[in-house]
Amino acid sequence: MELTTVWFAIIAFFWIGYFVLEGFDFGVGILLRVLGRDEPERRAVITTIGPVWDGNEVWLIVAGAMTFAAFPEWYATLFSGFYLPLFAVLVSLILRGVALEYRGKRDDLPWRDRMDTLIAIGSLLPALLWGIVFANLVRGLPIDASHEFTGTLGTLLNPFALFGGVAFTMLFVAHGAIFLALKTTGELRARANRTASATGLIAAVLVVGFLACAHGLRGDTESVAVAGAAAVALVAALVANKLGREGWAFAGTALAVGLGVASLFVAMFPAVMPSTLDPAWSLTVTNAASSAYTLKVLTVIAAIFTPLVMLYQGWTYWVFRQRVRVETVTVP
Amino acid sequence: MDTLDLARWQFAITTVYHFFFVPVTLSLVAITAGLQTAWYRTGKDKYLRLTKFYGKLFLINIAMGVVTGLVQEFQFGMNWSAYSRFVGDVFGAPLALEGLLAFFFESTFIGLWIFGWDRLPKRIHLACIWMVVLGTQLSAYFILAANSWMQNPVGFRINAERGRAELTDIGAVLTNKVVLVTYPHTIFAAFVVGGSFVAGVAIWHLVRRPGVDVAAFRTALRLGAVIVLVAGAGVALSGDQQGKVMTEVQPMKMAAAEALYETEKPAALSLFTIGSLDGSREIYSVKIPYLLSFLGTGHFDGEVRGINSLQQAYEELYGPGSYNPNIPLTYWTFRLMIGVGMASVGIAAWLLWATRRGRAPDRRLVWLALPLPLLPLAANAFGWIFTETGRQPWLVFGLLPTSAGVSPSTSMTEVLISMIGFLVLYGVLAVVEVKLMLRTIRGGLAGTSPEPDTPDDPGEAAKPLSFTY
Repeated sequence: MELTTVWFAIIAFFWIGYFVLEGFDFGVGILLRVLGRDEPERRAVITTIGPVWDGNEVWLIVAGAMTFAAFPEWYATLFSGFYLPLFAVLVSLILRGVALEYRGKRDDLPWRDRMDTLIAIGSLLPALLWGIVFANLVRGLPIDASHEFTGTLGTLLNPFALFGGVAFTMLFVAHGAIFLALKTTGELRARANRTASATGLIAAVLVVGFLACAHGLRGDTESVAVAGAAAVALVAALVANKLGREGWAFAGTALAVGLGVASLFVAMFPAVMPSTLDPAWSLTVTNAASSAYTLKVLTVIAAIFTPLVMLYQGWTYWVFRQRVRVETVTVP
Repeated sequence: MDTLDLARWQFAITTVYHFFFVPVTLSLVAITAGLQTAWYRTGKDKYLRLTKFYGKLFLINIAMGVVTGLVQEFQFGMNWSAYSRFVGDVFGAPLALEGLLAFFFESTFIGLWIFGWDRLPKRIHLACIWMVVLGTQLSAYFILAANSWMQNPVGFRINAERGRAELTDIGAVLTNKVVLVTYPHTIFAAFVVGGSFVAGVAIWHLVRRPGVDVAAFRTALRLGAVIVLVAGAGVALSGDQQGKVMTEVQPMKMAAAEALYETEKPAALSLFTIGSLDGSREIYSVKIPYLLSFLGTGHFDGEVRGINSLQQAYEELYGPGSYNPNIPLTYWTFRLMIGVGMASVGIAAWLLWATRRGRAPDRRLVWLALPLPLLPLAANAFGWIFTETGRQPWLVFGLLPTSAGVSPSTSMTEVLISMIGFLVLYGVLAVVEVKLMLRTIRGGLAGTSPEPDTPDDPGEAAKPLSFTY
């Protein structure tokens, strides 16, 4: 396999990792004020993602840095083209990160209430915006011969992209609800379980609809097969959730997020940013890539350290595998 | 003002702001790890309480460091896409290394440390914070390697067909002689900040609350002050090395640092100069003969090239145009970096002397609590402003002018919107963070009881300094 293809797969892998992991903590953040009815409950809700959300967010940073290193043209066009949406993502992630860290550092309820609002908004906006970004990538963008984006904010906010944004958001909400049901006990767990069923159903309809549109626009047999697998995983997750098998349900939504995003990458390949002006102007894995030497260096680094990262991040989830109990969470 | 100016201001402001949190974080995590190790080895209660206290202050800081760091990575692509296209092949590699090796390490093990106090065996828990220390050090090294490549590009070739720089030797990029001197200089400078912070907080407590946790804060004060002195010596020595390397790879930066217009042999070091506004004429100055020659070349009679002759040489090399950085800015930030940094070392030495052999600190010393951490923090910022503006007009020295790096497709309105957004956001966050820091500092060691808090007493002891959310 060409190294450029390998690197396309690695970048896709990091984005998939990002959405599978941060997807559930976005969902938990969005549901924070809905499912957590009082301070101990909200604290329990946040504690479920407390030890891991920061590590999850690094998947985004690494996906970005890897793109910079392996596909500089892709990185440059993507980040300058999606200027305002990415600015909004940044502001949201800053507010969310600070709110998560600072929430417990002051012991008064109005403060925590404000931080909770910021966490909810800071989780909702990026979920929506990443959906908009990825839908636009699949749809194609006005990119000229010198690989510059020539559209405006209006170009990016088309109906299909907004559809993608809503589908992503609902999928993350369901993913987060199932995670909460998996990680909590008692009344909170039951409530999360019910929310997962309801939001999961809406998410399933939206995701199936969005994937059908996306692969109608730019799909092939392989991408449709992957998308189909995502839909099956999502439905299986809903069934498992109904049966109270939360572990399986979470595996199901994780798989649905992963396969859904993967299908978008497969549909695009070998383009990374298709041009709507002239297919010849599209950014592809070859014309956006770094030199062979750089890709070789990066491959060695990624081959050694990616498994290591997965190993110790996996260990974190193992250390904090216990369910969070509302009544004990106030005692550190 | 055009898009380029705005993008430059945005980069300058967001980077300097980000760098207020970096040195505090880098050093405070290591000091916290040291305190925790002391507790692990001796079992003394005061070390545990100090670990939790300074650990909490470290966490407040790193939260800001992390979120403002996100802006840095996005910004290369958003405002500087032409730069990203040109250098991505080379510059991206250390960034990818930073993410994969350092950021994952930091973020994962911080989570384990915060939430692992009663979940992990003591030994493993201690190892977690040392992992965070390792992560922050790796992060510093890789990002400085990336920056050093912009100061002194090595290990690459120009691919004219693709119009970009391409990596040919990753080893050369990671062992660039600029990063080899810049890394220790930056780390030592960070420890001057961290040591000052620890000592400043301790002196405030000792004076304002004599009798409360005296033993613990005396330890913190003296530990912090000693760190400042040792790191201060390290800053001076590494800075001297850095000056020599810079004189070799970017002679214009060092000539500008001295406002040395004509080549001199031997050259005198200017301590203080008042010049005309454009910096081209000297009105009053204090100089030490031979010293600049020695600092720049290692010989007392070495030749130091002046701005005018360098300008001429660069015009021959790169074509017509001005190759001078902003001279008053480089001249004064260079002096402020050194002067303000040395002042903090002086204060730390004085505090150490004033509290020798168990002496209680004089009440008046409390006035030193605030400037002690702020001076080296300012010195760090001046150092970065100096080294980054001293490289101008180049983005990548000798390869890519700053004006050629800006995003061509980005409109001025977009940059303006994000600029105003960041200014407002950063302003509000600064207030929130400072208030939270002061609150935590005032709270002192209370609540950091050594034993796990009993479930029937959750009200008082457990909450104020708990490590959960």
